[in-house]
Amino acid sequence: MTRTTATDKVAGILGPVVVIAMILIVWQWYATQSGLGADVLPSPSRVWEQGWAARADLWANAIPTLRATLIGFALSLLVGFLLSVLLDTSNIVRRSVMPVLVVTQTLPLIVIAPLMILWFGFELLPKVLLVAFVTFFPITVSLVEGYASADRDAETLLRSMGAGSARIFRSLRFPSAMPYFFAGLRIAITYAVVAAIFAEYAGASEGLGIYMQLAKNSFRTDLVLAAVAVSALLTLILFGFTYVVERLTIPWLRLYRRAQVSP
Amino acid sequence: MSAEENSIVTPRVAVNDLNQSFGELEVLRGLSLHANKGEFVTILGPSGSGKSTFFSVLTGATTPTSGDILVDGSPLSASGDHLAFMPQKDALFPWRRVLDNLTLGLEVQGVKRAQARERVRPLVPVFGLEGFEDAYPFELSGGMRQRAALLRTVVQERDVLLLDEPFGALDALTRTQMQAWLEKMWEEFRWTVLLITHDVREAVFLSDRIYVFSQRPATVVAEIDVPLPRPRTIDMVADPVFSGIEATLLKILLEGS
Ligand SMILES: Nc1ncnc2c1ncn2[C@@H]1O[C@H](COP(=O)(O)OP(=O)(O)O)[C@@H](O)[C@H]1O
Ligand SMILES: [Mg+2]
Repeated sequence: MTRTTATDKVAGILGPVVVIAMILIVWQWYATQSGLGADVLPSPSRVWEQGWAARADLWANAIPTLRATLIGFALSLLVGFLLSVLLDTSNIVRRSVMPVLVVTQTLPLIVIAPLMILWFGFELLPKVLLVAFVTFFPITVSLVEGYASADRDAETLLRSMGAGSARIFRSLRFPSAMPYFFAGLRIAITYAVVAAIFAEYAGASEGLGIYMQLAKNSFRTDLVLAAVAVSALLTLILFGFTYVVERLTIPWLRLYRRAQVSP
Repeated sequence: MSAEENSIVTPRVAVNDLNQSFGELEVLRGLSLHANKGEFVTILGPSGSGKSTFFSVLTGATTPTSGDILVDGSPLSASGDHLAFMPQKDALFPWRRVLDNLTLGLEVQGVKRAQARERVRPLVPVFGLEGFEDAYPFELSGGMRQRAALLRTVVQERDVLLLDEPFGALDALTRTQMQAWLEKMWEEFRWTVLLITHDVREAVFLSDRIYVFSQRPATVVAEIDVPLPRPRTIDMVADPVFSGIEATLLKILLEGS
């Protein structure tokens, strides 16, 4: 067991590095061979050089994007949780409200984003709302499914101890939902930065979204791609952070999974 | 026992003409039984007969279609918190360490966590869990998990223990060890116990009295006294009285199916 986990770990780090390196090599080769201009397809080395030269600008624009992402995501967590509690109250409520939530997720962002800007201006608010709008759904769904995964025997046990619904929620249903919640959280967080950038693209005075748009309009494809790389990096960092939070808040899960694998 | 000589004594738990249906499905039919104070009573029945359903009615998780449940002569609904339940699967919470699992019932009752721990701690070595207070339940062996689940039940200090197939998931050897252990614990604490099992030997070894349930819908088809002396020991399994009761029970169970 321990031997394979060690190899797994190395493969887990080495694998993506090798794949990304291969993509970059092919891209570099094609960009130089094809004769396409840097405004159409800049080589990775050029993206890196120009991105590095523009790092102060990129950084200055990454900050507002990150701010909108984090505040929006905090709002999403709050709304997602409150909705999950509402949906957990009864089957009737779940069946009536869930379709509405699903419909919200089918609305095209291309329409929603400009409307948000129209209604709430060019400041932080529309961006925060859009991030929350895009990310609350996986959080709500994962929590609701997590509540439902609570052990029936454990619920009977708590009732026999004299526990009411609130107690059962707090002591059983909510903790049961945590592994599901973190799975949903990771799906949600991968949409968050993109949503913030989308909102900025629709109208903003600062941020990676508007930076990309300006770079594109002046045919600086290399800088567009550099900004894309920064946004990918932000997402990766936030994604990794969910694992840190998971390990801190539910330390038992890792041990539990390990115990399930090798009893 | 004295309770049998003096039948005027109010039983600790009495169930009268209990019926339970889930829609079309009739699970319990006219069930009547009782357990006296300090008595070890076992319910023996085939799988799927409705034994767990009977406990879920007793714990108040399921409202019966009709019938009375009396604890010390008063209706269960009024008394509320007299029964402590140990579910069929141990239902230890994986996110709570062993000690925090043990205090669960007390916490629900509103006892402060620190106080609850103080009350549980002296019993931890008695139940063979010393040194595992801070472990997670999935780090324990099957036998230890069952002992933890039993301690979680006992520490609530309720009048009656409801144990639903506590050793059903254990291997044969561990199960026998746990039965001997439970018998010893019962000798010491003299709880009033209602135990569910489908294991005939377990029923005879542990009980003062045995009720045999029929196939679903469950009714009591036999009530059998176990006049073996206490404390019970493993070698009693070879006692003619023991094997006689065992044979009778098997016959009833086989005829019923
Ligand atoms: N809440 C419920 N709704 C519908 N059917 C149930 C419910 N609880 C138990 N049953 C049914 O009652 C029968 C008896 O189940 P159970 O009491 O668990 O049996 P046992 O514990 O004797 O093995 C089973 O057929 C089961 O499907
Ligand atoms: Mg059962």
